[in-house]
Amino acid sequence: MSELSDLYQEVILEHNKNPRNFREIEDADQYADGKNPLCGDALRVYLKMDGEVVGDVAFKGSGCAISKASASMMTQAVKGKTKAEAEAIFGEFHAMVTGELDAETQENDLGKLKIFAGVLEFPARVKCASLSWHTLNAALKGEDVVSTE
Amino acid sequence: MEAVKQMTNWDVEKIRKDFPVLSQTVNGQPLVYLDNGASSQVPQSVIDRTSKYLAEEHSNIHRGVHYLSQHATTAYEAAREKVKRFINAPDVKECIFVRGTTEGVNLVAFSYGRKFIGEGDEILVSQMEHHSNIIPWQMIAEEKGATIRVIPMNERGELIIDEYENMLNERTKMVAVTHVSNSLGTVNPVKEMIATAHKFGVPVCVDAAQSVPHFPVDVQDLDCDFFIFSGHKMFGPTGSGVMYGKRKWLDQMPPYQTGGGMIRTVSFEKTTFAPIPDKFEAGTPAIAAGIGLGAAIDYINAIDFEAAAAYEHELLEYATERLGDIPEVKIIGTAAEKASVLSFTIEGIHPHDIGTILDQQGIAIRAGHHCAQPVMEFYDVPATARASFAFYNTKEEVDKLADAVQKVIEVFA
Repeated sequence: MSELSDLYQEVILEHNKNPRNFREIEDADQYADGKNPLCGDALRVYLKMDGEVVGDVAFKGSGCAISKASASMMTQAVKGKTKAEAEAIFGEFHAMVTGELDAETQENDLGKLKIFAGVLEFPARVKCASLSWHTLNAALKGEDVVSTE
Repeated sequence: MEAVKQMTNWDVEKIRKDFPVLSQTVNGQPLVYLDNGASSQVPQSVIDRTSKYLAEEHSNIHRGVHYLSQHATTAYEAAREKVKRFINAPDVKECIFVRGTTEGVNLVAFSYGRKFIGEGDEILVSQMEHHSNIIPWQMIAEEKGATIRVIPMNERGELIIDEYENMLNERTKMVAVTHVSNSLGTVNPVKEMIATAHKFGVPVCVDAAQSVPHFPVDVQDLDCDFFIFSGHKMFGPTGSGVMYGKRKWLDQMPPYQTGGGMIRTVSFEKTTFAPIPDKFEAGTPAIAAGIGLGAAIDYINAIDFEAAAAYEHELLEYATERLGDIPEVKIIGTAAEKASVLSFTIEGIHPHDIGTILDQQGIAIRAGHHCAQPVMEFYDVPATARASFAFYNTKEEVDKLADAVQKVIEVFA
């Protein structure tokens, strides 16, 4: 069960139970829909830009604990960041969950998001952790649909 | 726990020794394999037969004049003969080898559909079909301007037969229905449904992928027009499968795929086709898989399959009771007639999280929509967790499943 506790850490379980910024933004500048057709996870990420800065970010949808907690922590991580900074964190997060970045030994700005490094041990769940990030990235780019499989 | 005491006389420990994969550990725990609805495991005899073919007999079939080719052809055709006896087909030529159920349904939909389905016609499929018994019919319906109509089901996951009977009419050109639902476990009354369809002259295509591993079948008794199943869900290799069809249809149907091995004569002006089964078997088939399927049938014939079915049913009832005793668990699919499948959800916990936590305890189940999104929509759930049993599973494994589900609930408490 040791690997399991690496994945379902207290923080993740807590965010799953009480997801932050789990709401619509009615006057959003942009939103994007993320879907994983293999498992049926579906979420919408809303963006409200304040110039180049992410003024507000929120999400709605249904998914597993990993995808929900990841979306919740993502909103906390990118709120108040510039578009370029948010994209940079997306790049690092993506690199971490695909094994290209060792968040423990290589320099990064992932902070609390490092908790998702454990997902590497669960190949079937990598997409759960990254769905919200791909969706955010699409919204930042002005695209409205993203699909992972 | 009454069910346990009455367990059928079935030597499960002896049977388990036939399946080498079952003796391993996963994540430090003995493997508990409860994903038989996706793919069942393979007994040593099937592995040995397939290996023997590859080591000693491998060659192309139906064309060589040399020793090996003749040997391979004999072995492959012997497997077809085993299939005939396994499903009690009237004629071995009515048993077409395919890669699996999906290919078989596509074959029937496109070949039968191109010949017999026209504009304004109707195809009946049920609410509980696997995607592979929906989409091929949708494709041909779109091509021909025909309509798909859905046989409804009730909350327990049983087809509403009265409504089905009212849906049949002179425009109906096909009824495509599953024998056993892969997501709910419902055993449909296909024999009665076929008799009703035949009153209207309508043929019936039965998806038997989930029935043949669990109880004996007889296509003449069912009187089905098409009967399709996969080898890898009945203790055989992937890449093997069978589409049985009545000759009266098969003779009239055009080829599905074309190429080598299915012709009588070819010129640039005109090709004439070989008779069945060759007409529907273009190209070199999965010879090793087909021979392996024959060995899987030998295995089923060698055990007491009726006793296996009875044992499995008691296992399903025991599992239903154990999981049903957990207040947070909701069982999806509570039909009176069920086989092998136990789908469930836990309030507030996504099935993928259930699947991962169970896997960490060595328990393999399926989590997801089971390629049956209309069923998920019907129950208004994104997905379910599904345990599916085979005759080599044990009561102790059911206990481990129930304990592990409790653990899931604790982790998320």
